[in-house]
Amino acid sequence: MDRIDELEAESIYILREAYKNLGKLGLLWSIGKDSTVLLWLTKKAFYGQTPFPFIHVDTSFEMPEVIQYRDSLAKELNLDLIVYTNQQALDDGMNPKLGRLACCGALKTVALNQVVHKYAFDGLIVGVRQDEEGSRSKERIFSERTAQDKWDYTNQPPELWDEFKTDFPKGNHIRVHPLLHWTELDIWEYIQRENVPIIDLYFAKNGQRYRSLGCAPCSGTVPSNASTVQEIIDELKETTISERAGRAQDQEDAYAMQKLRQSGYM
Amino acid sequence: MDESALHIVMVGHVDHGKSTVIGRLLYSTGALPAGTIDKVKRIAKETGKPFEYAYLLDAFEEEQKQGITIDTTRLQFKTDKRDYIIIDAPGHQEFLKNMISGASNAEAAFLIVDAARGVEEQTKRHAYILKLLGIRQIYVLINKMDLVDYQEAQFNKVQQHVQDFLQTLGLTAVSYLPLSAYYGENLLENSPKMPWYTGKSFIETLDSAKAHKTSEQRPLRLPIQDVFKFDDQRIIAGRIEAGTLNVGDDITIYPSGRQTKVTGFAQWPQDEHLQSHQAGESVGLLLEDEFFNQRGEIITKTAENSQPVVDTVIQTNLFWMGEQPLVPGKTYKLKIATQQVTARVLKILKVTDAGDLKARQNNDQVRLNDVAEVVFQTEQPLVYDFFNDQHVTGRFVLVDGYDVTGGGTITERYQGERELEGAVFNDGQQQYQLSLFDNYYLNGDHIETEATEGQYALTDELPLTGTSYHYPTRFNIILPRQNRVISVDHGRFIKVVSLEEQLTPDVPLINSIGAKVKLDPQRPLKAFLAEQETLNDKTKTAFYQKWLDFSAYHQVMIKEI
Repeated sequence: MDRIDELEAESIYILREAYKNLGKLGLLWSIGKDSTVLLWLTKKAFYGQTPFPFIHVDTSFEMPEVIQYRDSLAKELNLDLIVYTNQQALDDGMNPKLGRLACCGALKTVALNQVVHKYAFDGLIVGVRQDEEGSRSKERIFSERTAQDKWDYTNQPPELWDEFKTDFPKGNHIRVHPLLHWTELDIWEYIQRENVPIIDLYFAKNGQRYRSLGCAPCSGTVPSNASTVQEIIDELKETTISERAGRAQDQEDAYAMQKLRQSGYM
Repeated sequence: MDESALHIVMVGHVDHGKSTVIGRLLYSTGALPAGTIDKVKRIAKETGKPFEYAYLLDAFEEEQKQGITIDTTRLQFKTDKRDYIIIDAPGHQEFLKNMISGASNAEAAFLIVDAARGVEEQTKRHAYILKLLGIRQIYVLINKMDLVDYQEAQFNKVQQHVQDFLQTLGLTAVSYLPLSAYYGENLLENSPKMPWYTGKSFIETLDSAKAHKTSEQRPLRLPIQDVFKFDDQRIIAGRIEAGTLNVGDDITIYPSGRQTKVTGFAQWPQDEHLQSHQAGESVGLLLEDEFFNQRGEIITKTAENSQPVVDTVIQTNLFWMGEQPLVPGKTYKLKIATQQVTARVLKILKVTDAGDLKARQNNDQVRLNDVAEVVFQTEQPLVYDFFNDQHVTGRFVLVDGYDVTGGGTITERYQGERELEGAVFNDGQQQYQLSLFDNYYLNGDHIETEATEGQYALTDELPLTGTSYHYPTRFNIILPRQNRVISVDHGRFIKVVSLEEQLTPDVPLINSIGAKVKLDPQRPLKAFLAEQETLNDKTKTAFYQKWLDFSAYHQVMIKEI
C-alpha cells in the first residue's frame, strides 16, 4: 500500500466507525475540494451509498459557482442535502464589513451550531486537516463539542489505536475528522488518482486560482498557471506559500482560528 | 524512497527540549511555509518573550504564553530518504494522556534527556509507556549539550544513567546522541563542537530508523466493523488488521468458530475487481453462508495455524489515565479492535509508580499515571491474541464513563484462579455465564440487581423460580454471539446445540438475562437475528422494545419507595 492507499483505508475506517457508533450523523459539505473528497470516500466506504445527510452552511456570501455546483452535484448523486443559513443574523445586518471574525462567527460558527441542534446531530463529519493551521494540528479524529458547542481543547480525552470517543452525554456532539491526517497535496493526488469531480474554481484563469475556497468577499486567489489537477500537484510540490494565505479571517489575529474553533467553527 | 511515511514520536521530561528539536529541524531543513518564522517572531515580541523554535509547534495561545506543550502536535516532514510523521508529545505529567495518544501509533521514539539535568521523573515514565505501547525502537537524544560546554564526560554520565534505567525495564536504546537543538549542533551534520562524537547526526539517525515490519506476513485477523444491507447484497465490512485475504479462502469466525468461504469483495466504483486484499485495507466481504454476523467478531483463515484465544479472563499490562483509580470489582468497557465487552477487575497483581519505577506496596488500586498488571473477567467471551503475535488484537483500551481511561497489552495467559459470576452452565465442553436467575428490586429511584450464583451441569435441576422471576419448565436460551442455544426441559439443563439447529424453535426463547424473544410466524427468529446484525447505537433501543419482553418471566420487587 502506498501513502494514498493508507490514508484512504483509514478514512473509510473512520467513516464506518462514525456510522456504526454515533447516533444521528451528518456530513458538512462546503463544496470545496476536501469535503468533496469526503463525499467520494463516503461512497467508497458504503459502496455507492450516502447513508447520511449532507449539510451546506450557506452564508449567502457564497460564490455563485459554488451554489450552482452544489445543486447540480446534489441532484446528480441524489444527496439528502440540508442547506442552512443563519437568517436571523442576516436580517440583523451581518456582513463582512462588520469584521471578519464577527461575520464568520455569526454566519458559519453560529449557523453550524444552529443546524446541529435543529436536527439533533450526534455526529458531524467535517473535512478539516491537521496541516491547515495550528489548532487543527492538535485535533483528535473524534472530537467532542459540548451542548454549548465549545471545544475543550486544553483537556482533550485520550485517543489511541483507533478506539474513538463514542461515549458522551446527550446534547453534546462529536466532530468526526476523517481527513485529519491528509495534506493538501494528498488531497490533490487522490483527486487525480480517483478522478474525483471537483469544482473548477481551483483551476487557474488569467494567471490566478483559488487555493482555498470560502465566501466571495473573503477568499483571495493566488498567482498560478495551474489549470489541471496535475499542474496543481506540481505547483504544490514547489510552493512555500501557505494554503490559507488567501483566507482573510485567519489574518485577523494570531490566534484567530483557535478562537473561532473553540466556539464551534469547523 | 520508502512509500509510506515513518511515524516517530518525541518524548521525555518537560523542558528537555522536545518541541525545540522538531521546531529547529523544520527550520533548518526549510520545511516551513513562508512567513511562519516571522509570525512566531511577532508573537514572541508581542508577548515579550524570547523567540522559541518550540512556538512553531505549540500552536495554542496557552502553550505559547506558558512555554509548555499541552497537546500532541502531528506534523509531516521529509528528508531526501523518506517522509516522516513526527509527533511532538507533551512532557508534563499532567498531560500524560496526550503523550500516550500521540505515541500510540509510533514506529520509533526519540527519548530526549537534558544533558545538565539528566534523567527525571517523566523520562522514566515515558520510557515505561513506550514499553507498554510496544515501541521497541528507541533512540536517546542527550540535548542541551551547550549547557555543559559540549563535554564528553557529562554525555557519558547521562548515557550511563539512561542505560541503567532502561535496562530495568528490559529496554535497550538503539543509539545515544549528543545534541544542542537550539543551536543546531549535531542536527543535520556532525558538530565541530563535539569532535569526540563520531556517530550519526540526528537526521542520519532518523533516516536509519526502520519501518515496522508490515503485518501482511502475519496470520489473518479481520475484526468485523459492521454488516451492510443497503440492498439485496449482504456485506461484511471491516479492516484487515493482519495477513491477506483472497476470494475463495476458507474462513473461521470467532468467538463462535463458524466456518465459511469468501465468495467475493464488494466494489465501488464497479470497475475495480480485486480478488485479493491485504493488511491495512478497509474491505467488504461477501460470504458463502448467510450467517448472522455482528460487529466485534474476528475473522481468521481456517487453514492458518495461529488462531486467537477465546476466553472470559485476560491478564493484562496496562497504563491508567483515569482521575478515578482502577479498583477490584469495578466494571469497565473493554475494547479490542471492534470488540466491546463489559469487564470486571478480578485481581490487581502488581502496581508500579512509573515515575520512579518502584512497585507500590499496596495492590488495592491503580492510580492516575500508574502502570499495573491487572486481570479482568469479561461478561461475554473475548477473542484476543498475545501482543507479540498480533498487535491489533493483542492490545485494548478501557472506558470508564465517557472517556478512555486506560490501555495496554496482553502478553500471557492467566494461570490463577477464576471466579465465574452468575449462573454458569457447563456442558462438559464449554462454560456459559448467564444472568437469568438475577433478582431485580426497585430501590428509591433506581433498580438494583442481585446476582444469583450457581453452577449447572447437564441434567441438573434449575432454580426456575426466584424472588423476582418465574420461568416455565421448558424453554431455550439463545446466545447469538457464541452461536449456541441452551435447552431446558422438565426444569433441567438438557443440552447445548448450535444456533443453526434451532432456527425454528417450538418452545419459548429467552436471552442471557431472561428476557423473552417475541416471536410469531410473521416475526421468525431469522428476522430477529438479521435485524441484530445491523444494530447500532441509534437503533438498539427500538430493537429491544420490538423484540424483547423482560416482563414475560420477571417482576421487579419493591424494596424501598
